Amino acid sequence: MTAAADVTPLRPMDQFELDYSAQRRRAKLGWFIASVLFFAFFAFSAWLGDFFKVTQVTNVDGSREFRWIIPAGLPRLGEFIEKTLPVLRWDSLGADFAGWFWRWKVWLNLLIETVLIAFMATALGVFGGFVMSFPASRNLAPNKWVLWICRRYLEIARTVPELVWALIFVFCFSVGPMAGVLAIGLHTAGALGKLYSEVNENIDMRPLEGVKAAGGTWFDQIRYGAVPQVMPNIISYTLLRFEINVRASSIIGYVGAGGLGQEFREALSLQEYTDLSALFIIIFVTVMVIDYGSEKLRHRVIGLEKGPAT
Amino acid sequence: MTPTDAQIKDWMNKQPQAFRDTPTVRARKIGLWVLLIGLFAWCLYDFNFSPERIWVGLQRLGTVVSFMFPPHLWETWPEWVEVFTALGETVAMAFLGTVLGLIIAFPVSFLGAKNITRIFFLRHTARRGYDIIRAFETLILALIFIRAFGLGPLAGILAIAVSEIGTFGKLFSEALENTSKRPVEGVVASGGSRFQSILYGIMPQVLPVHLSIILYNFESNVRSSTILGIVGAGGIGFMLSDRIAGLFWDQVWTIIFLIIAMVYIVDYLSGLIRTRVIGKWEGAH
Repeated sequence: MTAAADVTPLRPMDQFELDYSAQRRRAKLGWFIASVLFFAFFAFSAWLGDFFKVTQVTNVDGSREFRWIIPAGLPRLGEFIEKTLPVLRWDSLGADFAGWFWRWKVWLNLLIETVLIAFMATALGVFGGFVMSFPASRNLAPNKWVLWICRRYLEIARTVPELVWALIFVFCFSVGPMAGVLAIGLHTAGALGKLYSEVNENIDMRPLEGVKAAGGTWFDQIRYGAVPQVMPNIISYTLLRFEINVRASSIIGYVGAGGLGQEFREALSLQEYTDLSALFIIIFVTVMVIDYGSEKLRHRVIGLEKGPAT
Repeated sequence: MTPTDAQIKDWMNKQPQAFRDTPTVRARKIGLWVLLIGLFAWCLYDFNFSPERIWVGLQRLGTVVSFMFPPHLWETWPEWVEVFTALGETVAMAFLGTVLGLIIAFPVSFLGAKNITRIFFLRHTARRGYDIIRAFETLILALIFIRAFGLGPLAGILAIAVSEIGTFGKLFSEALENTSKRPVEGVVASGGSRFQSILYGIMPQVLPVHLSIILYNFESNVRSSTILGIVGAGGIGFMLSDRIAGLFWDQVWTIIFLIIAMVYIVDYLSGLIRTRVIGKWEGAH
């Protein structure tokens, strides 16, 4: 094609070729810069992340030697996982199981506590998020300042992880499930408030105008104009959040805020390694059952109340 | 024009269904509310939400919050370097965890896609594999890796990487399944092999989707790598839990604000990459 350019009959085609190669060059340059940046960042973060750290290991014959941390750690990982698995023999299966789940009475109590923490935190979060979501949505906020304050509040509540809130609340409200409820509840209020306010921003404003025309106040407009439209979405988001909160409340006990998490910490520090696998199985089964049940419920709710807002 | 109260009452009596639910629906609604409120009240009792405990707690919370202003600023340069190294470690943990998870999950995700892996057994094994990996909390994985690799960001990186394999595997294989078949048919019709039909028929469709999944997961990993520090996996979370244990509340608030700022910046940058790359992609079509 470039040879044809000397003969000069095909001007538009040449123009196209020129543009095309220029575009190709630009794209290549872009890719080159992006990959250089990527690898620089990769190498830097690998260095920050201890990939090139050297550690001492003890050999079988007792001598010490230096090795890179990853090859040194992998065998230890295998050993640790092996230790968490219980010994189950076929001829004494019942006794082995009883030995594996030896603290099942305590665990059952804590499991109920975990689910109740999740329930209560979801209830508090729904209340907080629901109330805050109306002043935090652009089309419904009474004025700019309220909008700004509510949005920042929700952002702070959801950006700070539950575990950090839990650490703070454990100090304030002492060890126990109360701190966990408040921590997860605050985080949930932030997360749900955002989701709800997004739902609110997508509603049809005409019902609100109708209420306003009939002489309704801001509260009347929200209550009779907005709430009926957003209800189905809110129920579905709430059930989803309950599933997430069950997971969160099962680990929040690690910092002393109630639930099964404290058993993880205890098992680790008392070196009862088979307890870890038992606890993991308990949480896995619970989360699966709750996910399944809430999915069924969600589909039913969406089927029952097919609202205009989706 | 305004109807009188008597008229309104008259209409309500004529059309009861339009103004209130049927008795069964009402009974069910009331029952549900009673159940929920009863459970809530029982929890209040069971978790010992006594007024004086709440009062004492709120007073302490007030003390803690009062340390927020004026914000604590570290006085010497090495202290600032320590804080920013910790923030960098947190981002590095999220970044490396996402990248390592991606490297493993990308090839594995093809096994879980219906339109690529036709063998039922293989596909379902892969899918259940993703589900099992996703069932492990990142925090619990971090605890396991801390046992093997010691305290520090490496344990966090590996925890995030492993849990991302499950998430990416699932999301990627769903993205692969949601592609149009026509480009694949076009490649096959012009004599392309099966590999070529995937490379030129499916990949251009899924790459933008993959990119947005990766960026979204990176953002969420930045948040979770903050938590991993609390159990000892390095980064800003480690520093935060250390300051909380020492009751340095003024420093705690500064660190929390820095975390919020870090999350903002990461979200902003990833939004920038998203619009740039995906926008460019659409322009090339």
